[in-house]
Amino acid sequence: MARITVSGVSEIRGPIIIIEGVTGIRMGEYLEVNLPNKPSRKGRVLAIEEERVIILLYQGTYELEKDEIETEFFGRTMQLFVAEDMIGRVFNSQGEPLDGLPSIYSDEYRDINGSPINPTSRIYPRDYIETGISSIDSMNTLVRGQKLPIFTGAGLPNNQLIGQIVKQARIVGADSEDKFAIVFGAMGLTMDDYIYFQRLFEETGTLNKVVMYTNLASDSAAERLITPRVALTTAEYLAFDKGYHVLAILSDITNYCQALREISVALETVPSRKGFPGYMYSDLASIYERAGIIEDSQGSITLIANLTMPNDDITHPIPDLTGYITEGQIILDRSLHNRGIYPPIDVLGSLSRLMKDGIGEGYTRKDHPSLSNQLYASYAEGLDKRRLAEVIGKKELNRRDQILYEFADKFEDNFVNQGDVYRSNEDSLNLGWSLLSNLPETELTKVSEDLIREHIHNKGADSD
Amino acid sequence: MPQSTKERARIVTIKGSTVEVRGLSSYRMGEITYVGEERLIGEIIEIERDFATVQVYEPLEGLKINDPVHLTGKSLSAELGPGLLSNIFDGIQRPLEQIKKATSSSFIQRGIHINALDRHKKWQFEPSKDLTKGNLVKGGDVLGFVQETETIKCNILVPPNTNGELLSIQDKGEFKITDPIAELEGSDKKKKELTLMHEWPVRVARPFLKKLPVSEPLVTGQRIIDMFFPITKGGTAAIPGGFGTGKTILQHQLSKWSNADVVVYIGCGERGNEMTEVLREFPKLVDPHTQNPLMDRTLLIANVSNMPVAAREASIYMGITMAEFYRDQGYSVLLTADSTSRWAEALREIAGQLEEMPVEEGYPAYLGARLANFYERAGQVVTLGAPYREGSINITAAVSPPGGDFSEPVTANTKRFVKTFWGLDSNLANRKHFPSINWLNSYSGYIKIIEEWALEANLEDWGRYRQEMFTILQKDDELQHIAELIGSKALPADEQLIILVAEIIKEGFLQQNAFDKIDSFCPIEKQMKMMKLMLLFYNRAEVLIKNGCPISLIISLKTVQILKRMKEDIQNDNIIKMNKIEDYIHTDMEELGSKYGYKV
Ligand SMILES: Nc1ncnc2c1ncn2[C@@H]1O[C@H](COP(=O)(O)OP(=O)(O)O)[C@@H](O)[C@H]1O
Ligand SMILES: [Mg+2]
Repeated sequence: MARITVSGVSEIRGPIIIIEGVTGIRMGEYLEVNLPNKPSRKGRVLAIEEERVIILLYQGTYELEKDEIETEFFGRTMQLFVAEDMIGRVFNSQGEPLDGLPSIYSDEYRDINGSPINPTSRIYPRDYIETGISSIDSMNTLVRGQKLPIFTGAGLPNNQLIGQIVKQARIVGADSEDKFAIVFGAMGLTMDDYIYFQRLFEETGTLNKVVMYTNLASDSAAERLITPRVALTTAEYLAFDKGYHVLAILSDITNYCQALREISVALETVPSRKGFPGYMYSDLASIYERAGIIEDSQGSITLIANLTMPNDDITHPIPDLTGYITEGQIILDRSLHNRGIYPPIDVLGSLSRLMKDGIGEGYTRKDHPSLSNQLYASYAEGLDKRRLAEVIGKKELNRRDQILYEFADKFEDNFVNQGDVYRSNEDSLNLGWSLLSNLPETELTKVSEDLIREHIHNKGADSD
Repeated sequence: MPQSTKERARIVTIKGSTVEVRGLSSYRMGEITYVGEERLIGEIIEIERDFATVQVYEPLEGLKINDPVHLTGKSLSAELGPGLLSNIFDGIQRPLEQIKKATSSSFIQRGIHINALDRHKKWQFEPSKDLTKGNLVKGGDVLGFVQETETIKCNILVPPNTNGELLSIQDKGEFKITDPIAELEGSDKKKKELTLMHEWPVRVARPFLKKLPVSEPLVTGQRIIDMFFPITKGGTAAIPGGFGTGKTILQHQLSKWSNADVVVYIGCGERGNEMTEVLREFPKLVDPHTQNPLMDRTLLIANVSNMPVAAREASIYMGITMAEFYRDQGYSVLLTADSTSRWAEALREIAGQLEEMPVEEGYPAYLGARLANFYERAGQVVTLGAPYREGSINITAAVSPPGGDFSEPVTANTKRFVKTFWGLDSNLANRKHFPSINWLNSYSGYIKIIEEWALEANLEDWGRYRQEMFTILQKDDELQHIAELIGSKALPADEQLIILVAEIIKEGFLQQNAFDKIDSFCPIEKQMKMMKLMLLFYNRAEVLIKNGCPISLIISLKTVQILKRMKEDIQNDNIIKMNKIEDYIHTDMEELGSKYGYKV
C-alpha cells in the first residue's frame, strides 16, 4: 500500500498529535514520525474526522517541535515480523532487538491486534499442568490453555511464585518431544523485577526458550499498550503456526491499565469507575482472550499475568474486570505472608474455572474432585471458628469447633506452607487426606464412604 | 427505500465503533448499511441534518474518509425458519460454523457475509391438513410443519402482518428454505409468495394476540430455585453476582435441565471457552424430559468479549427475536443471557462515541428504558393465528455488577423489571457453597402462582415445607449472629438444634454440585422427599430435646451425615432407598427416646 507523508502538525496534547488537511488515511493505521537527528517515533491513527487525523504516539510527544515533524503513514496496521528465531531473544515493545543481535527478518508478519478466535474452532482445555504447588494443583488446578492471573499486593512474593511455576511446571504424560516456549511481556516493570525474571530464566535454563518484550517503568506509557499485543502475537505465531506450547507471562497488568487510563484521559473519553475508561473490559478481553487452544494446531497458549491490586483491593476495577474475563485467579494474601507462609495463596478466594474438567479419573485422580471439595469446606469452617475464637477465646469453643479450628491451622501450616520446593500432586492429595483424618467422620460430608474407606480407614490399617 | 444512483453516501468521520456518513438527503433510523470497500455491516443509530451515524458491527481498521457507504433499505433483521436450532451464531446472526468453513480459518475475519440459514439444505415440508386453496389466512396461521430436529417440529407460519387468500399451497415434499411453499393474494390484489423462512426486524417485538397470566413453573432441577425461589414459564429472573459467584454455571444448568421446549443461550461479551464448552458438552447430554440430545432444542449466540461491541449490543435483540419465533409456534422458550451488563456496557460505549450526556457511571439516560423493553418481551401469550396456541418466553439474565456491588445502575435498573431475583453471594461462593444464591435476600414474585399449581399437581405440601425450611433458615441467621459473639456452646439446646438442622439444609439441600453425576439435576419428587426427611428429622429431634436429650447425641447421629449426602449418594429415581432413610430417622430417634425414658 502506498505510503503518505505529511509535514507539520496542528495540535500536540499529551501523547496525542493531530494532523489536519490530509486525506486517504486509514483508521488504525501505523505511522512513523520522523524527526531530524532523532530516532523516529511510532504511532497509530485513533480517529479521523474528515481531514483531521488523531494520532497516538507510542513514545509520547516530549520535545516534538510542531513544524519539524514529518509523519509517514504506512497504509496498514502495525505489524510484527514473526519467526522461530525470535526464541531466545530480547526486544522492546516494537520488536526491535535490545540484545545487540540483528533484527528479525522474515517473510511472515502479523497484525499485532490479532483477531478473535471463532468459538467453534476452540478446543476446550483439559490437560492439567502440575506446578508442584499444593494450593494450585490440588485446590485450583491450572490447565494448559488457561488464562490465570495472580492477584497480588505490593511486596508479596508473586514473582517468586511465578518463578516456582516456571521451574516446576510439567504436563503429566506429555510428550518429551513437545515444543515449549515462554513469551514474556514486561509492562512497566521496575529494573529490579526485570532483573529477577532475567535471572529466573537463566537459572532455570529456559533463557534459550524465552522471547522477551520489554517495557520498563521508565519507558513510555503509551508504548505499554502495545507490549502485551506484540507478546501475544508472537505467542500466537509460535503456538498456532509452529505448534509450541507457549507459556505467556505478562507483568504487570496494573501498569498496563494505568497507561490505558492515561491515554483515555488525553482523548477526553467519558470515564467510568475510578477514571478508567468504559471500554477497559473490552480492551482487557482483547488481550486475555488470545490464550487458548485451537483446532488444527498442536500448540497452546497458557497465560499467567501478574496483577498488583491497588491497596490490596480486589474490588478495584483492574482486578475486578480481569476476574470477569480470566478463567479464575490465584490470590495472594497479606496476612498469610505476614505469618511467614509461602506461597501465601488464599485457597478459598482463588479459583480455577477450568479445574472441573481437568481433574478426576483419567485426568488426575478419582478422589481429587470430592477431596478438594471437602478441603475447601472444612477449611472454610475452620476459618469461621478462628474468627469466632478471636471474639470469645479459643477455650470457649466447643469440642467440634476446636477440631475445625485446628484443622484450619494445620491446613495452612502444612498444606499451603510448602515453601519453595516441589511437591507432587499425588503427595498433595495424600497430605489432604491425612489432614482430613484428624476430623470426626461426621464432618466428612463431601466425600463418599467408599473414598473414606479407601483413603482413611485403609491408610490407618496399613500404618498400624 | 431505493437509493437514487446520483446520491452517494460516504464516510466523513471514523471513531471507535462508529462512522459518520454524509451525502444523502434522507436516512432511516435503524437502516442497515454496508460500510467501506469490505462492506462491513452497520446500522444507522443517529441522524442529524444530512449526517447519519452508523454503528458498525465489525472492527473499523483500514476504513478511510470518503469510502463508500451503501444503504440497504432494510432494518437489522433475523432470519427465521427451520435450521436455527443446534446452531451457533454471532451477534448479528452469522453462523459461526459456516464462517469457519468459508474462511478456513480459526479466527473471525471481517466483511464476511453468510446467511444465517443454509440456502441449500432441503427440508421435508408437510402442509396443514385443513388448509385448501381459497382459504383466507392471516399472520400466525400454521401452513404446515418441518421436523427441524428430533425434538422440535418447526411450525411454518404465515408471517405476522401478512394476510390474504391462499392461492396455492405445496403438497408434502422437500423444499429449500427460500422455495415458495404457498402463494397468497392480499386485499390489494398483490400476490405474495411464502417460503419456509421469513425475516423480522429484531428491535421490534413480534406481535401476539394477548398476554396471559403466567401459571406453571419452569422446572429447573435446581433445588434452591424450584423449591425456594421458583420461576414460572414466561417469567423473568435476574442473576446478579460478582465474578466467580456462579452466574455462568447456573445458566448452563438452567439451559441443560429446565423443562422448556427450546433454549436460546446468549453469550454476550463473555468467554470464548464457555461457548466452546456448551458446544462440546450439550450434544453429549440427554434432555431429561424428552431423552433427546440437548442440542436439539438449543440455539446459541456467541458474541464473546473480544468480538466487536456494537454486535454485542445487537446480540440481545437477535436472541429475543429468535425466542419469539419459537414462542409463536407454540413453544415454551427459555432465553438466558450472559451477561446483560456487557450489553449495557456496549450501550454505554456507543453512547459515549455519540457524545451523549451520561447520567450514572457513564450510562446513558435510556438504560432503564432499554432494559424494560427487553424484559417486556418475556411472558406467556396466546399467539396470533390458527390453530390456537400458547407460547412463552422466560428471560433469565446474568448481571455482572462491578465490585459485586448491587447498587450499581445495571443491577438496580434490572431489579425494577424482573420478578425474581437470584442474588449470588461472594461469601457463599468463597466457601464453595454453590449455587451461591443467597436465601435471605433473594426473592420470587411467583410464589402464589406456584402454590396454586402445586395443589393441582399433588404437591400440596410444597408451600408448607418451604415455609418451615425458611423459618429454620431465618432463625439460624439470627442465631448465627449471636453465636458469633458468645459461641454456639452457650446457646440453649433447642437453638443448637436449629443451627444443626439449618446446616443440614444448607449442605444437604441448598448446595448442589453442578458437576456431580447424580445431583446436577434433581427431580421434583426427590426434592420434595428430601425436604420431608429433613423436616421429619427436625420435628422428631425437637421432641427429644424438649425431653432432655443432650444435643451432642443428636449431632453425632449417623443420619445427619446421611441426610447431607443423600442428594449424591442416592440415584434420583431410587425411591426405596429414600424411604429407607425415613426408617433410619425413626429408628435413631426411638433409640434415643427410649434411652431417655421417653417414647416418641
Ligand atoms: N453449582 C455449582 N456447582 C459446583 N461448582 C460451581 C457451581 N457454580 C459455580 N461453581 C464454581 O464456581 C466457578 C465460577 O462459576 P461461574 O459460573 O463461571 O462464575 P461467574 O459466571 O459468576 O463468574 C466455577 O468454575 C465452579 O468451580
Ligand atoms: Mg460467567
